Amino acid sequence: MIPEPFEYHAPHSLAEATRLASELGEQAKLLAGGHSLLPMMKLRLAAPRHVIDLGHLQELRYIREAEEKIEIGALATHFQIESSALLNEKCPLLADTAREIGDPQVRNRGTLGGSLAHADPAGDWPAAMLALDAELQAVSAQGERWIAARDFFVGLMSTALAPGEILATIRVPTLPARSGDAYFKFRHPASGFAVVGAAVRVKLSEAGHIEQVAIGVTGVGAKAYRAADVERELVGKSPTARRLVEAAAHAADGVEPNADLFASAEYRHHLAAVYVRQALERALEKARA
Amino acid sequence: MNIRVRINGAAREDEVEPRLLLVHYLRDVAGLTGTHIGCETSICGACTVLMNGEAVKSCTLLAVQADGAEITTIEGLTAEDGRLHPLQQGFWEEHGLQCGFCTPGMILAAHQLLSRNPRPSRSEIRRALEGNLCRCTGYQHIVKAIEWAAEKMGGSTS
Repeated sequence: MIPEPFEYHAPHSLAEATRLASELGEQAKLLAGGHSLLPMMKLRLAAPRHVIDLGHLQELRYIREAEEKIEIGALATHFQIESSALLNEKCPLLADTAREIGDPQVRNRGTLGGSLAHADPAGDWPAAMLALDAELQAVSAQGERWIAARDFFVGLMSTALAPGEILATIRVPTLPARSGDAYFKFRHPASGFAVVGAAVRVKLSEAGHIEQVAIGVTGVGAKAYRAADVERELVGKSPTARRLVEAAAHAADGVEPNADLFASAEYRHHLAAVYVRQALERALEKARA
Repeated sequence: MNIRVRINGAAREDEVEPRLLLVHYLRDVAGLTGTHIGCETSICGACTVLMNGEAVKSCTLLAVQADGAEITTIEGLTAEDGRLHPLQQGFWEEHGLQCGFCTPGMILAAHQLLSRNPRPSRSEIRRALEGNLCRCTGYQHIVKAIEWAAEKMGGSTS
């Protein structure tokens, strides 16, 4: 499997990359770790005339703390995220999500930014981004803008990024006190992608009620979404086992589930409820600890 | 495009087409056929090599992405006098292969594991091999081969 010919560009700075992206517009695809784009090019589902390789932009590989938030450069690899002491301590949901992706070789190359920009409906990251209300910084030759995770995932493999824009930074809030998070995933046994994945961040009040809860779900529909109906059922309430089951039953309300040979729409609908409940239980356990 | 790489310690410079995959570069240009092409879809791990010390699937990398990198293939593990690396020896001693097609990738994935975690448990070994498929043996002997090597290397990381 060999991609169609293309012209290759390897900028050494973000400024140079945005200039190239702006000049080449829709004729160009951005290459980060290459674990989404190259498979598509090999299958010739994608045949860009130009490929802009961001691999040399060391400036986008950082993970750092910035006032109650954590900023991650778009080119941080899944392995960097899973093994980051900072993230394991202050935003464990990201490290836990990274560990669930693909396999060790894939996690060495695949990047957070590349995966988000690709927006595969079975990708793991969108669930965590939604549960954390992440902010995503798009940089172009014209300037920069921040996009809320809720507005970023537009549809099947499509995002709010415009041609010429490069996803540069992902910003998430650190885990507050009395809070817990978890990512539970039904992993496709062959591909490793999420048949269904549920990411939860929950905050308890001093009395032990659910003060805030955010649930991101991936794999079920054409794009990841917030399970708003489940959140509504839980906010302000005491998290009894029965209430969790009843609330989680709404995990795929209003969503048209994907169906394929491996999992029917009905099965995905069912799995969404199961995995949302499990992720809620684990996140609550951690919040109480 | 012109690329410079070091493969198993030897510097090379080659003119390559941008669409050339790293695995084809290693096999067809550098002549190192120990790296195998299996599924070509980044699932099976037969094409695993080390790039700057990290295990990567060379079917899902362009050769141009390796410009400036240090690559280790299975050929690079054997000492100059032909002595096998403990991982290679372990696969021999514990019968960690039947047809051998997956073996180079298994060994390089295991190499990364032992460099990050010199004393892995059985479950850690299995988890480290999630990106490598064997269709002959089941994985029991492969896991034993890696345990053999970890023991032999006595917790050292090279």
